Amino acid sequence: MQQSRNLGAGQARGNLFPPAARASRRSMITALVLGVLLLLLPVPEMLRAAQIVTLPGAGFLNQAIINAAADTGAFILLALGLNIVVGYAGLLDLGYAAFFAIGTYSYAILASSWKEIHIPFWVMLFLSAGITALFGLAFGAPTLRLRGDYLAIVTLGFGEIVPTFILNLDQLTAGTNGISGIDKPSIGSFVIGANNDNIGFYYLALALVALIIFIVNRLRDSRLGRAWMAIREDELAAASMGINTTVTKLLAFSLGAGISGFAGTFYGAHLGFASPEQFNFSQSVLILCMVILGGMGNMWGVILGAVIIYLLQTVLLIQLNNWVNDLGRALHVDFLVQLNLSSNTFYIYGIVLVLFMLFRPEGLLPNSRRREELHPESTAIEQAERQEVYDTREAQQADPDTRGGE
Amino acid sequence: MAFHFDLILLLQQLINGISKGSVYALIALGYTMVYGIIELINFAHGDIFMLGSFTAISALELFGVNTKAPANETLKDPVVVVAVLFLSLVITMVAMGLLGVLVERVAYRPLRNAPKLAPLISAIGVSYILQNAGETWRGPSTVNFPAVFVEPLLQIPTLDPSRFLTIRSKSILILVVSLILMALLTQFVQRTKMGKAMRATALDRETATLMGINVNMTIALTFFIGASLAGAGGLLYGMFIRGVQFQLGFQAGLRAFTAAVLGGIGNIPGAMLGGFLIGLVEALSDNYLQSQWTQAVVFGVLILILVFRPSGLLGQRVAEKV
Repeated sequence: MQQSRNLGAGQARGNLFPPAARASRRSMITALVLGVLLLLLPVPEMLRAAQIVTLPGAGFLNQAIINAAADTGAFILLALGLNIVVGYAGLLDLGYAAFFAIGTYSYAILASSWKEIHIPFWVMLFLSAGITALFGLAFGAPTLRLRGDYLAIVTLGFGEIVPTFILNLDQLTAGTNGISGIDKPSIGSFVIGANNDNIGFYYLALALVALIIFIVNRLRDSRLGRAWMAIREDELAAASMGINTTVTKLLAFSLGAGISGFAGTFYGAHLGFASPEQFNFSQSVLILCMVILGGMGNMWGVILGAVIIYLLQTVLLIQLNNWVNDLGRALHVDFLVQLNLSSNTFYIYGIVLVLFMLFRPEGLLPNSRRREELHPESTAIEQAERQEVYDTREAQQADPDTRGGE
Repeated sequence: MAFHFDLILLLQQLINGISKGSVYALIALGYTMVYGIIELINFAHGDIFMLGSFTAISALELFGVNTKAPANETLKDPVVVVAVLFLSLVITMVAMGLLGVLVERVAYRPLRNAPKLAPLISAIGVSYILQNAGETWRGPSTVNFPAVFVEPLLQIPTLDPSRFLTIRSKSILILVVSLILMALLTQFVQRTKMGKAMRATALDRETATLMGINVNMTIALTFFIGASLAGAGGLLYGMFIRGVQFQLGFQAGLRAFTAAVLGGIGNIPGAMLGGFLIGLVEALSDNYLQSQWTQAVVFGVLILILVFRPSGLLGQRVAEKV
């Protein structure tokens, strides 16, 4: 280990700016540009709706796309929340949809005509985050001392139990019927999303995502965030460094759950409807796919993953399907005409999961440390370690840089 | 809720539970063997069970069983029944065994030295692919499983002269076939050289390699055996329940996995015990609670075991490898 650390320092030597600082400045500029673009996205549609001017993009950026974009926001929140649990703390959660369900139902029960309780959206946003975080604590406290696979299975169990309860406690949750008529958020007398206008929800999603990105970013660099990553890398070593692993893991679980409560409230308000089928195992896997595809542990990667998968499912696949069917008609291939890609989304998810694990397990935008773990043959650290084990003397002769500090 | 204790009903449920439990035990064996040897929760295993059921339908068709026929128009000659069932069982087991080996080769072997999360996620992916393959093959609705033979019912007289304890002959068949397969498996693992190689690989893969054991072969063999037992389970389950659906594998697989954990994962007798216990829990919960709660009850059991006795009923506490 001594050698590898020296090797790392040797590479960084000679740079005026440490690579981390340069990378963070670059990503800040990217985020700024992206943010401005996202803020402007609905403008053509607004101008068209107000009959001021019809810009060339207005037809494409119609209400449906903006609607999908607002929903994508909810899934970005979910992916960011799950990323805390899976990506930062390294705890595989296969039942994350359970917390999403609890969040959505908290809002649906406390802010709808179902029980005639109408707590304002802005209060509920934090209240249901608190409720789900408490559930996260309750589920996590007895189970988080389990390791790896066992934890995955227990979370899967929660993911199955929560919808079962929602389905069967029909006094509270309206059972299979689901809860409809969920309140829309309002600022003073202005109701967001009145008259099925999605632009308000789009901006709300943007604001919520920005808020959570800010929080997650701060958390990641905090003492707690570093403790999560230390546990992910090596729980035993982290514990011997004085990290209270139980409390740290519990906080990851509970904060991750809290963010899904946040997402659930928004999702419930946007959809206006909550039913138990929205929160099954597939939903948990879908969110997990976003995290893995994008790059576990990398916030921007996870956001990219959420955008790609959600848009793939709602927009791209349907488009692609039409193209394939048209192609089939043009070429007179019956198979292509009848192919229905959107009903076979799970084939695609399955294949994507397997292929990514086989060829790019670190995801599209990987977290740098995970990439090195997953492709050890390419890193200097691994080479140094290998030489250390098998051929110490030769390694020292060949590379004088590794000798220092012993 | 008026609760009135009915011994005959209870016995009836216990019998149902044991026959269902023997199928869970067969599936659980596959989970436990694979976990024992490469520490992977093979998520695709339940879907192999489901495809086993579908394959069994095709195999039975191949031997002239009319799958569309009503339950009373079935094979009559007992010799033919036994021969057809045996051959279908063999075909299903071999086909599923090969599928298991294929899955291992394509989706798990390249990831053997990757972090633990990678093969687990790959397994979830395979599970989705197989589930969709099942849907493409037999459609989304429940598929009729042929009755194969008209089953005589055993009516056992009870103290109450107006009531009988009914035992379906198929539940006896399931139990007997499962017990035979489990006995064969135990003998194989304990007595043969290949079984010894499997145990050695499970204990320490590197040392096993040094002892001249072909580890890749041994792991492939484990997958073959596990998947073929799931295939056998698929045939038996289909014959018992008479209806199979492509999502069956997820549910049954999770229950079987619970069984494996209950018995102590990696432990072969434990998986059998766990299977029977989960079958009983399910039958009792179906009867004394409402069946829609069964899923929650089974998972409640799983969570309680994992929290209070993670090594399972028959498992031993293993020290954490550092």
